[in-house]
Amino acid sequence: METSLQQHAVTEKRPPLSLTIEDIRKDFGDYPALDGVSLKIAGGELVALLGPSGSGKTTLLRIIAGLEFPSGGTLLFGDMDASRKSVQERNVGFVFQHYALFRHMTVFDNIAFGLRVRKRSQRPPRHVIRERVLSLLELVQLSGLENRYPAQLSGGQRQRVALARALAIEPSVLLLDEPFGALDAKVRKDLRSWLRQIHDETGHTTVFVTHDQDEALELADRVVVMNKGRIEQIGTPDEIYDNPASPFVFDFIGESSHIPVTIQNGQVHFHERPLDLGANGLSDGPAELYVRPHDVEIVEGAAQSIPGIVRSFRRHGATRRLEVEVGPSSRGVQHVLEADMLPGPDIQPGKRVNLRPRRYQLYREQIA
Amino acid sequence: MARLDLFQAMAARSRAVAAAATGESVLPRVLLTTAAVLFLVVFLMLPLVLVFMEAFRNGVGVYFESILEPDALAAVRLTLLVAAISVPLNLVFGIAAAWAVAKFEFPGKGLLVTLIDLPFSVSPVIAGLVYVLLFGSHGFLGPWLAKHGIEIIFAVPGIVLATVFVTFPFVARELIPLMEEQGTGEEQAALSLGASGWQTFRYVTLPNVKWGLLYGVLLCNARAMGEFGAVSVISGHIRGLTNTMPLHVEILYNEYNFAASFAVASLLAFLAVVTLALKSCLEWRYGDQLAATRRH
Repeated sequence: METSLQQHAVTEKRPPLSLTIEDIRKDFGDYPALDGVSLKIAGGELVALLGPSGSGKTTLLRIIAGLEFPSGGTLLFGDMDASRKSVQERNVGFVFQHYALFRHMTVFDNIAFGLRVRKRSQRPPRHVIRERVLSLLELVQLSGLENRYPAQLSGGQRQRVALARALAIEPSVLLLDEPFGALDAKVRKDLRSWLRQIHDETGHTTVFVTHDQDEALELADRVVVMNKGRIEQIGTPDEIYDNPASPFVFDFIGESSHIPVTIQNGQVHFHERPLDLGANGLSDGPAELYVRPHDVEIVEGAAQSIPGIVRSFRRHGATRRLEVEVGPSSRGVQHVLEADMLPGPDIQPGKRVNLRPRRYQLYREQIA
Repeated sequence: MARLDLFQAMAARSRAVAAAATGESVLPRVLLTTAAVLFLVVFLMLPLVLVFMEAFRNGVGVYFESILEPDALAAVRLTLLVAAISVPLNLVFGIAAAWAVAKFEFPGKGLLVTLIDLPFSVSPVIAGLVYVLLFGSHGFLGPWLAKHGIEIIFAVPGIVLATVFVTFPFVARELIPLMEEQGTGEEQAALSLGASGWQTFRYVTLPNVKWGLLYGVLLCNARAMGEFGAVSVISGHIRGLTNTMPLHVEILYNEYNFAASFAVASLLAFLAVVTLALKSCLEWRYGDQLAATRRH
């Protein structure tokens, strides 16, 4: 994967196109798949649309491509209104989730397709098409496989053919729908860094859809977290991970647990115990404290900590993850905090521990 | 030595285990195969051979005389003409119907699928009668047609209509499951790459279904040439004018002219054999491509 990409000047350098999405809506019957989505994507940016299934991320991608039409709102490619343009007019490179390679065509014919169907006046001569296909094959590291049929390729190879096919038409934007969804874990990781390399080399404005937060955080310049047809948060991977704007984002972006707390005089209290944690500007009243397992530490002494009983623990990569029941059991509802700790001999189920969140977020139910 | 015996015993046992796993022992396998072969010989091969034997019973001279006789030639010409019109028509209708059903969602889709199957579920005689009722002189459109001098019943147009009706489902039925299985992913990919609707159809959809299409067309053609019931009702059996080959065979048979009857029948049988041979030949020639479009 270390081939220098510099030497393959596959696409002409044009200033990459920016995308502006303004209040896009899409209704399927009574059900709003997209409920007023606005987003600006700068030229050359690599943006991830991240969300669970049914969040509208794929619908948004297909609307950008012109494979679906919005019920309302506008879509700009650069300064040009693309809302009513057909998919052919938009000149997008779309990589489908299951690749959608033309099964009766060889790899070569698949990649050449977008150039061969052009009008005679815009169609490059035969030898130019051949050169471009071969250099794209080199770019996606599939040289020598041009006469294979899709059925004779592995999943990762098909994916790369699909990308080469999309790049062949010199698209104004590159759109990828769950690009690594159907691949096994090892291949995914390889392809991820490789796609980043290709993006940096070709410089296309790129939008990809994923439900895998690791993929989004690792690959994208900016991540758009979507839920129920709305955008929950837009930000760099660091912003998204360190400052999730909502409980949903916090929960979706990484592992988390949460407990109910009250805020009194700018301090967080858990069942009337002060925890010596700042309220982050939240006013007094009930709130939820969200924390990631690796941000929970086990402390000596009960003062200003959350007491609990270890319910179970299991191996989790380099650490052990404890599930700790917290809060007085007489109150009925038990809450569970997850905490990571380095392996040690002194933890058994039933043991009493005291927990303290190092980093946390406080959210209050919005009263709409 | 003992070791070798043990090894052989183990091998034999693993074979037995494999056979048990697929649920076959020798006796049922032999019985089933014999039954299938016997059935094929008695009900398919034997009749075919007999047709040709009967056809040549009175010698090659009589055979060619019966075939080259003007009425027989007219029947052959009419049959070929009817097939040449109705097969392309149903090719187009079939592709259009399958395309609509498999690639789009629209209200009334279920009804359309049912209608496509109608010719299979209705007796061909009924199909013929319906056209007589519609276009006959006492029929719904008959007087208007008569006034304008358009002949449908007891004429070539009627025979074509009846044949088109009866053979309609072959192409569509063959294509719908195939197209549904393939989905619309490749078409969307083609569109996103800038292909027009026609280019998408021509370079993506059609090549993906060409084997199913060919098979449908061959079946459609075989039925178009062999159709008896619907054509019999509507043609009027006018010798040399509205007699197709199957009708001609029947007339000759009813006149106790067995040799001539079987001679013409042998032509039909020959067409069927050619059809099958053509299909096998194409499958053999393009086997690789065929496998590529099925797998994946």
